[in-house]
Amino acid sequence: MNAPISSFASGPLVETSAARVSQSAPCGRLSLRARGDLAPFEAVLGLSLGGPIGARATAGETESIRLGPDEWMLHCPVEAVAGLEAALAPLYGSHPHSLVDVSGRETSFVIEGPRASELLTMGCPRDIETILPGSGRRTVFDGVTVILWRDAADRFRMDLWHSFAPHLLHLLETGSRELAAESL
Amino acid sequence: MLLIHCPYCNETLPEVEFAYAGEAHIARPVNPSEVSDADWEAFLFLRDNVKGPHYERWRHLHGCGRFFNAVRDTVSDKFLTTYEAGAPRPDLASLTERLK
Ligand SMILES: [Zn+2]
Repeated sequence: MNAPISSFASGPLVETSAARVSQSAPCGRLSLRARGDLAPFEAVLGLSLGGPIGARATAGETESIRLGPDEWMLHCPVEAVAGLEAALAPLYGSHPHSLVDVSGRETSFVIEGPRASELLTMGCPRDIETILPGSGRRTVFDGVTVILWRDAADRFRMDLWHSFAPHLLHLLETGSRELAAESL
Repeated sequence: MLLIHCPYCNETLPEVEFAYAGEAHIARPVNPSEVSDADWEAFLFLRDNVKGPHYERWRHLHGCGRFFNAVRDTVSDKFLTTYEAGAPRPDLASLTERLK
């Protein structure tokens, strides 16, 4: 159900001197909505859900990002999804929440290189530099809602729905080529 | 481009991330079946269409996803303030005072 998009070749999808774009390996993705006392969720996940919108946390191979006041996206290995669901299920009674497996809905591009953040400005109206390395945001890229994870100053992951992937890849490809041509 | 302050994200962001969602502070009747046709019509359709400071709803669609309220001058397109959904209507005099 979390099969890679068949229309994309394996390996880098775009590679220029400005930036490289590749599709990340499939992973488990869980959408968590919860409010009130977060401590029981943090105890199960072993990571902190607090902090401002855009804050991230990691515990082992599980990663979280706060998307809104009561919304998080969790990434984990595909094999770990069932375990996390089972671990959080006992909380339904005492702490009503929503945990939905959206692994099959999304894919991620890894966008890296010396001009990666500049490349993102071509589709994203917000100031990319306000997203600090180690944090992230849900925002818009060329009209499509995406989640940006800034892993380093020059390295991002972009989560997006499968159906938008070819459309966004075209812009990323054109943009990378433009930036690369500029620096010649 | 219009910049809008999201009270949940506490950031001032491009309008493109937001969606307009109509006039604010319009309470849905608790029991719609007890409401007269005229009152129901007013709830559904009748709006003030203010010229000047307008209390309105916005949603941070490509962001935190939350609805919030704003006061925007419909003549100048300037936002006087934004505030969390459920918060009381801010006093207009204090808002326009701040602009001076
Ligand atoms: Zn927001």
